[in-house]
Amino acid sequence: MINPEMIVYAAIGIFMLAMLLAMVRFVKGPSVVDRVVAFDSLTITSLVLISIIAALTNRMIYFDVAIVYGLLSFIGVIVVAKYIQKGL
Amino acid sequence: MGDTIKLIGAIMIFMGAFSLLVAAIGLLRMPDVYNRVQTGTKASTLGAIMAFVGVGLFKYESWGDGNWIGRVIILVLFILLTNPVSSHVLMRAAYFMKVPLSKMTKTDKLKEDLDNNVIKEPNHE
Repeated sequence: MINPEMIVYAAIGIFMLAMLLAMVRFVKGPSVVDRVVAFDSLTITSLVLISIIAALTNRMIYFDVAIVYGLLSFIGVIVVAKYIQKGL
Repeated sequence: MGDTIKLIGAIMIFMGAFSLLVAAIGLLRMPDVYNRVQTGTKASTLGAIMAFVGVGLFKYESWGDGNWIGRVIILVLFILLTNPVSSHVLMRAAYFMKVPLSKMTKTDKLKEDLDNNVIKEPNHE
């Protein structure tokens, strides 16, 4: 029988690799919108990572952190889009 | 029985991780902003929802009190609602900011609508 936690640890490694690739786009993106898109992808990946850590360490409070983080990221993307379209 | 549910949850998390990795690779390799946001949003929404369902299955022993599964459902609904909205607003802003399209672009329906005065460009202040 395979231990399920080992599969989850391997998945955490893949999440780290995905965050690294998105970080490359965040650093070298030619326009502002590229950077915002890469930041959105980074946020979603770290949201999933926070919830996995909450499940592994059995602490429910981290899940509330993930919910609030997702809300703030959505508002941030909307504000940046409004700003680059016609100013605040 | 319980071990099987836990194993299915772990495999769902792994598939979600794979989908997010594909999204990040597409973010690196696509030619312009519009293709990048397409792969970034679609694949990462799918991957995040799969991983959250996997987390919900992984914590099967605390389904009874409803705290974990309620938060997982709230997060899945939240991502499903907000991710398309934010990417759409961002791409509209990028188009009117005149970020150049790729050389391989064939059709541009928004430009045709702007030329035919179907919609108007938002005024800059």
